[in-house]
Amino acid sequence: MDIAIKDGKIVEKIDERKAKFVDASGMMVMPGGVDIHCHIAGAEVNSGRLLRPEDHIKDVEVKTTLTRSGVGYSIPSTFTTGYRYSRMGYTTIMNPSMPPLEARHTHEELDDTPMVDKASYPLLGDWWFVLEHLRDGLIEECAAHVAWIMTATKGYAIKIVNPGGLEAWGFGGNVRNVDDPVPHFNITSREIIRGLCKVNKLLNLPHTIHVHTNNLGKPGNYMTALETMKCVEDLAEEDRPIIHITHSQFSAFKGSDWRTMSSGAEEIAKYVNHHNHVTLDMGQVIFTDTTTMTADGPFQYGLYQLTGNKWVNHDVETETSSGIVPFRYKRKSAVHATQWSIGLELALLIKDPWKICMTTDHPNAGPFTAYPSIITWLMSQVARKKTMMKISKRARRKSLLPSIDREYGFYEIATVTRAGQAKILGLKQKGHLGVGADADVAVYNVNPELVDPSRKYKTVRRAFKKAAYTIKGGEVVVKDGQIVKPVYGKTFWLDVKTSLPMEINDDLKQKFREYWTIEYENYSIPESFLRVSAPISIKAEV
Amino acid sequence: MFQLPSQLRRRFKKIVITLHPKRLFKIPIDAECINPDVFAEKSAKEIATLQIWEGNRKRTLGDLFKIKHETDSSSEKPTIRICGDVGKVRKIGAKMSMGNIIIEGDAGMHLGEEMNGGVITVTGNADSWTGAMMKKGTIEIKGNAGDYIGASYRGSTRGMSGGKIIIHGNAGNEVGCFMRKGLIRVHGNTGQFTGIHMRKGTIFLEGNSEGRAGAQMIKGKIVVCGRVPSILPTFTIESVKSKVKVNDEKVTGPFYMFVGDLAEGGEGKLYVSQKQNPHLSFYEKYL
Repeated sequence: MDIAIKDGKIVEKIDERKAKFVDASGMMVMPGGVDIHCHIAGAEVNSGRLLRPEDHIKDVEVKTTLTRSGVGYSIPSTFTTGYRYSRMGYTTIMNPSMPPLEARHTHEELDDTPMVDKASYPLLGDWWFVLEHLRDGLIEECAAHVAWIMTATKGYAIKIVNPGGLEAWGFGGNVRNVDDPVPHFNITSREIIRGLCKVNKLLNLPHTIHVHTNNLGKPGNYMTALETMKCVEDLAEEDRPIIHITHSQFSAFKGSDWRTMSSGAEEIAKYVNHHNHVTLDMGQVIFTDTTTMTADGPFQYGLYQLTGNKWVNHDVETETSSGIVPFRYKRKSAVHATQWSIGLELALLIKDPWKICMTTDHPNAGPFTAYPSIITWLMSQVARKKTMMKISKRARRKSLLPSIDREYGFYEIATVTRAGQAKILGLKQKGHLGVGADADVAVYNVNPELVDPSRKYKTVRRAFKKAAYTIKGGEVVVKDGQIVKPVYGKTFWLDVKTSLPMEINDDLKQKFREYWTIEYENYSIPESFLRVSAPISIKAEV
Repeated sequence: MFQLPSQLRRRFKKIVITLHPKRLFKIPIDAECINPDVFAEKSAKEIATLQIWEGNRKRTLGDLFKIKHETDSSSEKPTIRICGDVGKVRKIGAKMSMGNIIIEGDAGMHLGEEMNGGVITVTGNADSWTGAMMKKGTIEIKGNAGDYIGASYRGSTRGMSGGKIIIHGNAGNEVGCFMRKGLIRVHGNTGQFTGIHMRKGTIFLEGNSEGRAGAQMIKGKIVVCGRVPSILPTFTIESVKSKVKVNDEKVTGPFYMFVGDLAEGGEGKLYVSQKQNPHLSFYEKYL
């Protein structure tokens, strides 16, 4: 079967006499990879780079005639990030945490990330205006405000991190569960999630709300994750997802302390299997030295206390917080090995591959360059067993993995690495090879009809590490794992049209003057600021 | 760096390569290839074509050094002799795993970095980062050494994790930063922050310290036979010991034994000579 490409799109037919051919016989053709959640740009990522010179020295890429030089293993420099994704056949990646205040910086770095299409999610779960509107029950005003911020920061989806907790962290506190009130706002995490979920629906945004739950990375937090999913259950319509729980591995710990910590994957998978309003991504742990960075300041501070490593913590004015701690996941640590197991358990116990995405929450649980390893763990019980033999005995005893004999096929891998991710993101032209889709194609040098991924997992891993061809926007950009043509991808952002635009009055401007270091007039990013702007027009219901 | 198979090692065992600098170097030179593991397999001609950087210019080893290749029946392992001042040449013997390097003159920065075996001897002075992150082997310096001896790479917490560094002269600041194992012995004096962030291992200082010894240390042992201006407030006195064991050697004191750094919850031991430090006698009332 041939796939015809013209003007960067997949078409029915082209004039074969004038066409250029890419021979993919005996290989596997997939749509270009999509990553729903990877921290690749912005103030936080850049601080991580500054913090870790030792991460740079161990991974250096020399410049070639086509590519720029770069450094970094867990947090590579911008250009290197783009090259590495492209070499693995990825063509669309999403930067999930952008404090609106740092939007300019984030887009500058995204502009410098070549080879891939990208977008960014502004952090809105602890925005003062959002909290105030939701406290007063003004959903429509809140929606207008969110519509304005999407356009102003050139964002793509509503990101909520530890709702309420980050605002509390500004005063040294945190929220313990979804019903804990946020100091000074008299609003709970439940109200924030429900409110923004309603806003998301009113605005018809392509993606759902993207939630990093409360109590992340604490034993017993699977209950919080379940509560979070349950709290929007009644808002669901027509089996469409309305909430995305990100890096769900970190939200699936059972037990009362670190000694008794075990996997809560079974309970979460059970819930997800019975409900269609929720989607997840894995946040799979890789045993390596990496850098954790989230907007969850209190969590990162806890991590610093746990490890004693160097750390960065920051309060982003009235918007959010952030933290960075270098971290090493060790095979022989019972907790880390259990975390490794939880990620895979979630992916294997959730029956529908369209509900779960493969991520490492790069670089929090491991760098994205480890995706081929995760693919082999999902596809081969032998590969899982082999890693299992090397991990902590206590974790091995508690792990559910030996009892799971499910192995992903190539179609399921295509779903969790691209098709499902694109569908969850609402990117209609990505993640498939149908007519009208963007001509983003990845060709891997493995014959799915001849290779048994369960036994020949090493062949599969090798193939996914280096794409035979990556085609981006109709151009061959990677051949045999080498960049052959550097290109700049597009930056997607939402141009949300509301019938009642947000009222910009003196009161709002006064607030910016009083509480922000940037004035209202300088806050918005003009479209001309983006290298390749790709607005998505959306008509809201308000 | 790879380890040669033993048969191969035997084949090349009687090799001595002598390098004479052709001129005085003014610009830093990056010469990671001056390494017995690299030289062992090569003839003099091949060695001369090895690539090095002088500033931002690519050069070959033959451009900058006169190379003499000879067999010596007395030596059992490949030996590199450098006759002359190579104080501007960095990374000599980096990642080496066997053989000898003898430098008759000064050596540059990063000498024996990440070294995994073998012996380096310097008759002159060595610069900073000598033996940084080394795992095995011995470095002996007859003159003085710079800062960060046996330290970790910037930002990393993995310093020297084995082997021995002996300095007959003085050493600079932050000797044994993030040290994890092994021994650093300084016959002369050291600068400030000796054994900062130390995790384990031993630092034996026969001369004086400029102070702040053992800052943020967690475990390990620092023995100071000379004078220390003061002890950090985050150390507490434990006892007075008449003798201290340093590897197999017994050093007679008496020594004040301090434990710290308590700010880090550390259990590191800092021994300071009682005789040389009469100004610390006020600690005795806390015993």
